[in-house]
Amino acid sequence: MKVKVLFFAALREQLGKGSEEIDLPSGVTTVGGLREHLRERGGAWAAAFAAARNVRAAVNQEMVQLAAPITGGDEVAFFPPVTGG
Amino acid sequence: MRVRVQKEDFDLSAEVRAISGDSKVGAVASFVGLVRDVRMTLEHYPGMTESAIRKIVDQAGSRWQVMDCTVIHRYGDLLPNDQIVLVAVASAHRGDAFAACEFIMDYLKTQAPFWKKEYRAEGASWVEARATDDQAAERWKK
Repeated sequence: MKVKVLFFAALREQLGKGSEEIDLPSGVTTVGGLREHLRERGGAWAAAFAAARNVRAAVNQEMVQLAAPITGGDEVAFFPPVTGG
Repeated sequence: MRVRVQKEDFDLSAEVRAISGDSKVGAVASFVGLVRDVRMTLEHYPGMTESAIRKIVDQAGSRWQVMDCTVIHRYGDLLPNDQIVLVAVASAHRGDAFAACEFIMDYLKTQAPFWKKEYRAEGASWVEARATDDQAAERWKK
């Protein structure tokens, strides 16, 4: 099950990429689970997704909480709190 | 309803005229946000940005009488004093127009996926979200 993952703003810069196709490991079924999976990559990923970092998420372009489910084909985005307007 | 996310500048009076044609419109409230004192770049999430703004305008329309509405938000490189955002709401009466305009602006600040990066003498940095913006959006839930 693949998902398309997008990163924006400070996260995109910190990770050095704006998007990635990720094969969901078995057991990763929520946005929070995916965040944890990414954090476990270590290095910049560990810093970007550290528990203390305020990271927001969207699934298929809708803002969601970490408990939101994800499934193959979803577009999942991670980003800092928004600062438009 | 018009929602535009664009690099180009906009003309307030043209936009106000465009939503004022109906003779039942008695009030247009508009807000223009400007860049304060530093050069900045605005990043956004193409696709989601437009739909997030449309949802906010729909919510405003379910609470107040909104006869027409235009929201324009710019992205890309902006200079001090440049216009960033326009919200203009047409209604029969001023109360609805003022309230809907302020509601849309407050929600846009916390719900629309834009991020500002500022370029100051000491270097570039991403703007931190402010708790006061969350509080401004929260008060409409009461």
